[in-house]
Amino acid sequence: MSYLPFAVAGWVCLIGLYGVATSRNLIHLALCLTVTQSSTYVLLLSVGYVRGGTAPIFKGVKLGTRAVDPVVQSLSLTDIVVSVTVLALILALGLDVFGAAKTVDPDEIAELQG
Amino acid sequence: MTWLAPLVVAVPLLSGALVAGGDHVAPRALQNAIGVCGSAATFVLAVLLFRAAERHEVLTWFGGWRPRSGIAVGIDFAVDPLAAGMCALIAGLSCAALVYSITYMPEAAKLYDTLLLVAAGSMCGFVLSGDLFNLFVWLELTAVAGYALTGFEVKQLGPLQGALNFAIVNTLGGYFVLMGIALVYARTGALNLAQIGSALSTRRPDGLVIVAFTLVVCGFLCKAAVVPFHFWLADAYAVAPAPVCMVFAGVMTDIGLVGVARVYATAFSGAFGLHAHAVGDLLLWLGIVSALVGGVMSLVQRHLKRMLAYSVICHIGIMLAGIGLLSSKALGGVAALLLAHGLATGALFLVAGMLLASLRSIDELRLRGRARARPWLAALWFVGTIALIGPPYVGAYLGHAMIDDAAAELGRHWVQPLLWLAGALSGAALLRAGARIFLGFGQATAEFLSPEVREDPPDRGANLPLLGGTTAVLAIAGLVVSVVPGLGPRVDEGAARFLDRRSYAEHVLHGGPFGFKHDLPFAIEHTSLESVIYAVVATLLALAIAAVGLRPPRSLSIVEPALAGLKRLHSGVVGDYVVWLTVGTAVVGGVWAVTLR
Repeated sequence: MSYLPFAVAGWVCLIGLYGVATSRNLIHLALCLTVTQSSTYVLLLSVGYVRGGTAPIFKGVKLGTRAVDPVVQSLSLTDIVVSVTVLALILALGLDVFGAAKTVDPDEIAELQG
Repeated sequence: MTWLAPLVVAVPLLSGALVAGGDHVAPRALQNAIGVCGSAATFVLAVLLFRAAERHEVLTWFGGWRPRSGIAVGIDFAVDPLAAGMCALIAGLSCAALVYSITYMPEAAKLYDTLLLVAAGSMCGFVLSGDLFNLFVWLELTAVAGYALTGFEVKQLGPLQGALNFAIVNTLGGYFVLMGIALVYARTGALNLAQIGSALSTRRPDGLVIVAFTLVVCGFLCKAAVVPFHFWLADAYAVAPAPVCMVFAGVMTDIGLVGVARVYATAFSGAFGLHAHAVGDLLLWLGIVSALVGGVMSLVQRHLKRMLAYSVICHIGIMLAGIGLLSSKALGGVAALLLAHGLATGALFLVAGMLLASLRSIDELRLRGRARARPWLAALWFVGTIALIGPPYVGAYLGHAMIDDAAAELGRHWVQPLLWLAGALSGAALLRAGARIFLGFGQATAEFLSPEVREDPPDRGANLPLLGGTTAVLAIAGLVVSVVPGLGPRVDEGAARFLDRRSYAEHVLHGGPFGFKHDLPFAIEHTSLESVIYAVVATLLALAIAAVGLRPPRSLSIVEPALAGLKRLHSGVVGDYVVWLTVGTAVVGGVWAVTLR
């Protein structure tokens, strides 16, 4: 089992977090969020990977054929659905922020503090 | 009775769908009726579920996919009495919120009701679920409905900022949970909590298990707004409409704590069995710090909902400390506290909403003395505040006292005064605000308070008797929690069952019995003299701090720099919050990496 996919997932997660933390633009920030999210795909798919395995579609395939784990793939699909919802919502909120304040810089809309 | 558990989730989701589907077709009154009836029906179902879970096991395998020889392929709802009770609280508060909103937000788009119902249904799903991945899905569904409800007033900047901070921090928290789940699955090949627990308990925990546990717990703590993951909460709860705040503060924040307790008790307690105190101690400390930070921050607020938001952080901290004690008595106390806190804080948020509707402001200084002619509002506010502080046998007292007993049994006598102090701090802030607004006490200015937050009042035409009636039901229910006959023994027994990993696994995977003592007495829980003394002292302390807050002496300015520093940390900038989230997770993981070996 290689450690490389785990390292990649960790790295992608961290650069996404860095992007979210330093972003000065809500659209850019939303995209950084999807970068962090894609680290979860890398992690999930690498967890379920089987060397030499085929796609887990068992129609017309000989019994006992190696296949990668279908569970993590369905988890990734669910994750995509959930995250697209969140992304759409954040982008919509960003649009409203631009309408109300004529800026998309999260530092400039900090009305609530203390 | 296995059909009951799915109905508790399905009824609110379906009524939400019905409201959304009837948009443009059905009249507003019919839609309101569907929402209120749907949530009321959910409440009745949840109470029936509680009765059933008390008497025998309630376990539902969806599609009949039962486990074979200890391997779970299907997805289950495993209901314990505490979870069923939580569902009843969720449904009850949602019903109250919908009733309150009928005249409070008559112009609200119809999807508002749908969002509240979806949030209620998914929260019920979260507390009943016996599957780790489903916990994530319900969590995200709750969260998305929550973001939309927070940013409901899309024309104002404050709600947008609150909703964005809420959405970004909690989405990252959700990803942490998901990564933790992936690692757990990599190790155990299981997603069912009972099966994970059995698989992990057979060997010593290694780095992977610790990282997975850290990620899952920190993700849930984001949702629960525990220091240092708490920053978003004050921004979000300060700006959401009052009835939404009530549901958020009463149950949605607590969901994170339920997640931490559930995942630890069923999946990880076997693996960390020898080092349980290392897990518990860190949670205890996080809880105590949250409680104190929340208490102090609520003292320096002038916007009532933001003050209440910090009071929520304070009480969440107290509850997390109770969970960190890892004993059934303490967890029972947490459940009792959760109930009293949910009802009392909910009532206080509703009073804030009524002030906003009738006096067009909820700023403590701006409203000074202006609500003198509203004795009913004053009564509701003070009843809620007293219930939250918890003098002997009132409101939150029972929960505090049970946590006290557990701490004393474990020889940790220092925990009790810290938790009572934190409760007194946030209670003092609420007392001070009440005295200024309803009685006109104190100075007209206060240097140490945070700057004013503007909030647009709701549309005129709110029916105050209806709002007041809803609020009174919650406030009085919160006030009497400590003297409900039989509540103490029931939460205690429920907590013991919640924490019993072996019986849970045996029950879920092999169909073994999962008994609950049948003949629990209907008595008022006896509490120790120590707790009575602490409660009296805390109440007096809250009164004293409130009095000082009304007319702060000049000598108090020595704490000014410390307060200013603490306020500056709550910057309102989401980038800072994400840094805190990342660093906090790394520190929690680092501490456990050292102590859990």
